[in-house]
Amino acid sequence: MNTVLAAEAGDTTARNLTITLFLIFVAITLAITVWASRQTKTATDFYAGGRSFSGFQNGMAIGGDYMSAASFLGIAGLIALYGYDGFLYSIGFLVAWLVALLLVAELLRNSGRYTMADVLAFRMRQRPVRTAAAVSTITVSIFYLLAQMVGAGALVALLLGIRPGTTFLGMDADAAKVATIIMVGALMIIYVTVGGMKGTTYVQIVKAFLLMGGAVIMTVLVLAKYKFNLSSLLGDAASSSGKGAAFLEPGLRYGVEVAGNSTQTFYNKMDLLSLGIALVLGTAGLPHILIRFYTVPTAKAARKSVLWAIGIIGTFYLLTLALGFGAAALVGGEAITAQDKAGNTAAPQLAEALGVDFLGGDLGGATLLAVIAAVAFATILAVVAGLTLASSSSLAHDFYANVLKNGQASERQEVNVARISALVIGAISIALSIFAQSLNVAFLVALAFAVAASGNLPAILYSLFWKRFNTSGAVWAIYGGLLAAVVLVFFSPVVSGAPTAMFPDHDWQWFPLSNPGLISIPFGFLCGWVGTLLSRERDDAKYAELEVRSLTGAGAH
Amino acid sequence: MSTDTPAPAASTPDRYLAVQRSDEFAGLRRALRGFVFPMTVAFFLWYALYVILSAYARDFMGTKLFGNVNVALIFGLLQFVSTFLIAWLYSRFADRRIDPVADRIRAEVGEVTHEHGPRG
Repeated sequence: MNTVLAAEAGDTTARNLTITLFLIFVAITLAITVWASRQTKTATDFYAGGRSFSGFQNGMAIGGDYMSAASFLGIAGLIALYGYDGFLYSIGFLVAWLVALLLVAELLRNSGRYTMADVLAFRMRQRPVRTAAAVSTITVSIFYLLAQMVGAGALVALLLGIRPGTTFLGMDADAAKVATIIMVGALMIIYVTVGGMKGTTYVQIVKAFLLMGGAVIMTVLVLAKYKFNLSSLLGDAASSSGKGAAFLEPGLRYGVEVAGNSTQTFYNKMDLLSLGIALVLGTAGLPHILIRFYTVPTAKAARKSVLWAIGIIGTFYLLTLALGFGAAALVGGEAITAQDKAGNTAAPQLAEALGVDFLGGDLGGATLLAVIAAVAFATILAVVAGLTLASSSSLAHDFYANVLKNGQASERQEVNVARISALVIGAISIALSIFAQSLNVAFLVALAFAVAASGNLPAILYSLFWKRFNTSGAVWAIYGGLLAAVVLVFFSPVVSGAPTAMFPDHDWQWFPLSNPGLISIPFGFLCGWVGTLLSRERDDAKYAELEVRSLTGAGAH
Repeated sequence: MSTDTPAPAASTPDRYLAVQRSDEFAGLRRALRGFVFPMTVAFFLWYALYVILSAYARDFMGTKLFGNVNVALIFGLLQFVSTFLIAWLYSRFADRRIDPVADRIRAEVGEVTHEHGPRG
């Protein structure tokens, strides 16, 4: 691993400051968590934060839950290295919120209680539907968790400036990676088991403000450097990228045109469409996002949450444009790839460059670097806590209480099981992340979106809007979409048969696209439709109840 | 029977069916679907157009408009504008056309409560 970042500016200062700031963040969030645990008495408190958050608070928490390291470090890095194509990601991630706003948020809030499955199983046979929903929730959440935790491990050596051959607290870079994964895992388990939804929500709100603050400061500094002239920033980014005008156009990363290979060009373009559709349809099927709508008292507050979320997320993605192009112009692609091939350190490196310029010298660079590095860790922590909460809620509420105990478990038992589940899921994620730490698992975020769009979204939309939909349809949609997405990715170039694959030395690849959405999303919708027609089950009275409740909020929890 | 929908009064299923068949509820459903379905189709097609142009109309997307700002950048920023705009339009629509009717129907169904109360 290269050491430009560490060598350039007083790395001890940066390291100490990063650690200090990070410890302050941890101390504050742990204090909030302990406070939240005292307010957490009922199952509604644990799963849904007592439904006591305002639309604004929940909107910020949604932002904190959604803007992951993949958004902050990943997109800024993509833009810094590939220019315009990183922006495609931001747009998909943002437009996706309209699906949640128009079709899902309020109706889900009105008819569900704690988990996604509450709505799916409303008028169905509980056990098969809740089992399927729990399987899908845990699969999506663990994929997402792995990507975040492995990412955190990969970042720590860079952000703390641990060079090969040197040690930090007696750890070399590899040991620090493992230690980071364990620490992130332990913290997320504490946030969730102790603080429940209340604690997790406040962690996400604090993180949202820190992330926005960091991004705004950096953006203002980048723009100030170019006298607030966007065109000259773009021009500088394009020329220092060495790719000229092409850097500002689509096509360097996605839908790449391979000269003389029309088949590959065709596949690359299909892959871009496939990614685009999964991004825009995935968000409204992500369980850790859906359960956030239960933390507000009414459908109107759920609507307000999404409006605030769209505002903060949209603003943030606009800022990443300045961060990405700023990093391309001021740090340069070569210095970025020297740190991290995927570009994940572009934002911290930009912070360092800006600090040197504006705060003065190495100390200034080290200071701003430390701030942004600490923000990056806060970002990861808030997201993994949300994911752990979503999966443990589903395991306890859907699988334990409604499948194993047939709905006979007491609230207390259910919450205890949820806490144990968080511990178990956290431990499994830590183990898997340590195992996967040297593998390229960045594709798991896109896969989580694809599974959510292929399995969960069809089931949710059919449930809410199609009278005829039934148990068989829900089970078919979830398993069909989930399997299609996972199987296609398993046989795709991101898992084997390519130099950048998870297993580059093996080759069982036959599916040509890295993103399965183009096939698996229509397949999931088709499965839901076929599965429904294959069963005669139909309960018009239950649908009447669901429809009236979801549209009016009558009888809402 | 789900734990989430504790069986209220025996007549409740009939009441929900009656509400669902009422003109007022039919109007609410028509208003909501009349807004969200066409709007969903519209923003999805608009987004699809953007992705398809990014894949297949590179020359058009690369056209410079002023300085270093090209069509691709403006098109991308317009996706942000349209998202903010649709969110605002929907919120205005829901405040005016959905909430009052939903509140009225909810009050009529009002007796259907359960142990957690409306605020959970």
